[in-house]
Amino acid sequence: MSVSEVFVTLHNSLSADQDIREEIRKVVQGLEQTAREILTVLQGVHQGTGFKDIPQKCLKAREHFSSVRIQLASLKTKFPVEQYYRFHEHWRFVLQRLVFLAAFLVYLESETLVTREATAAVLGIESDRDRGFHLDIEDYLSGILTLASELSRLAVNSVTAGDYSRPLRISTFINELDSGFRLLNLKNDSLRKRYDGLKYDVKKVEEVVYDLSIRGLSKDAATVVGSGE
Amino acid sequence: MSSGGFRKRKHENFPQKRGEKNSNVELSSSVLIAFKSFQHDLDARYDRYERLVKLGRDITIESKRTIFLLHRITSSPNKEEILTESESKLDVIRQKIKQIAQELVGEDIYQYHRAFTPGLQEYVEAVTFQYFIKTHTLMNIEEINKQLVFTSEDDQHELKADSHNVSEKSSADGNDKQKQHPWSLAITPVDYLLGVADLTGELMRLCIGSIGNGDIDTPFDLSQFLRQIYDGFSYIGNTGPYEISRKLYTLKQSLAKVENACYTLKVRGSEIPKHMLADVFAAKAEMMEQVEGIS
Repeated sequence: MSVSEVFVTLHNSLSADQDIREEIRKVVQGLEQTAREILTVLQGVHQGTGFKDIPQKCLKAREHFSSVRIQLASLKTKFPVEQYYRFHEHWRFVLQRLVFLAAFLVYLESETLVTREATAAVLGIESDRDRGFHLDIEDYLSGILTLASELSRLAVNSVTAGDYSRPLRISTFINELDSGFRLLNLKNDSLRKRYDGLKYDVKKVEEVVYDLSIRGLSKDAATVVGSGE
Repeated sequence: MSSGGFRKRKHENFPQKRGEKNSNVELSSSVLIAFKSFQHDLDARYDRYERLVKLGRDITIESKRTIFLLHRITSSPNKEEILTESESKLDVIRQKIKQIAQELVGEDIYQYHRAFTPGLQEYVEAVTFQYFIKTHTLMNIEEINKQLVFTSEDDQHELKADSHNVSEKSSADGNDKQKQHPWSLAITPVDYLLGVADLTGELMRLCIGSIGNGDIDTPFDLSQFLRQIYDGFSYIGNTGPYEISRKLYTLKQSLAKVENACYTLKVRGSEIPKHMLADVFAAKAEMMEQVEGIS
């Protein structure tokens, strides 16, 4: 094999690689668009009036997730499945965003933390690497951390909108997340950096709860919730 | 053990959670159970990554030593001896690569690729360098990969040492796969290209070194070969990743050095006594480095 033959072979494999990346990029662009649309829908809850029709907004967001599933299904066909991590960086960001959106949606619906399996189901992908296009743990955790900062914002805005009980529930939830993350031994990478931001979200929510309780507002909320149930 | 401590501390920190709602306590445990499994998975992943980084570093060091050894060939009378020694050194490196392959059984190679890619590039550099010295041709990627297929029979004791890694793997089919197939690790085209780009640097050094020893023929062979590689890289251009175009720049400099050396040999080779050629090139190399510094 002469030197030039060697390089011709290499060039062919490299340009085939580039074609795959191009295809992936196209699908990912579509996914980013859908993710922005979902975010716009869910952002509505921060509006003063938005608190009333959370269920309706959730329904609308769920509809959008069906197009996410279609887009992800087409992404799966663009490359050999065993090379997931080879092209991982192309969809890593958008997948984290989608995890956040799914987690936010599930939180608004049921005030629980979405499991990795449930997230994968919402996105129409696998939770386990052995079974195909899957949701990486680190991506899932990153998405959950984005949820935490969104919820600390929601705590503030729900007080403004007069919903005094929500911050208490958010506080419980976010504290659970915090103790969950404390179980992990994170490396000094991007996930760790984002985890370092979690304590500020916890602090923010605790401040809101403090403000409410010092003014006796949390008690009102507790009784309202109690009578409501 | 320690995670139990965490859980206890959590309840001390947030006592309000305990009494208020029973459902919350349940929920918190399910969240914590989930995170415990994440902890387990992430720790396993990070540990494997660290082991691979270590293997990768060992491969880098050993490959560099092999290259240094091979450079001694210009001044040494017993070429064969050095070649056999380098071969045994490369065998040691291949054992390390085998360990990487074993570590990656049932895993996605690209997930951990960054941990050992510098090592593999250095190995490509060493093995192609040795191959060039032996045959004066470029070793292609298939030949390299052929040497990186390992059968399980050749050393049983190695298997014993690594068995704890294998047993860690939860999937049963991972074990089955391993029995059926020998371990193998394929060099990726990009790793190969980057290794070959580094090889040209070594060839340039070999060229200048051989002139120092009064060898008049080798520089011309080398410049011919380097030009072919340079043409190949120009053909690839910016199809590949960014690192390749960066290497192309260095490659151009190496080629210029070798071509200038050949030029000088041609023009002045007849005038200068062979033992003084080294001085001429030492001065020339110095001058060129200054020029590079400015540009």
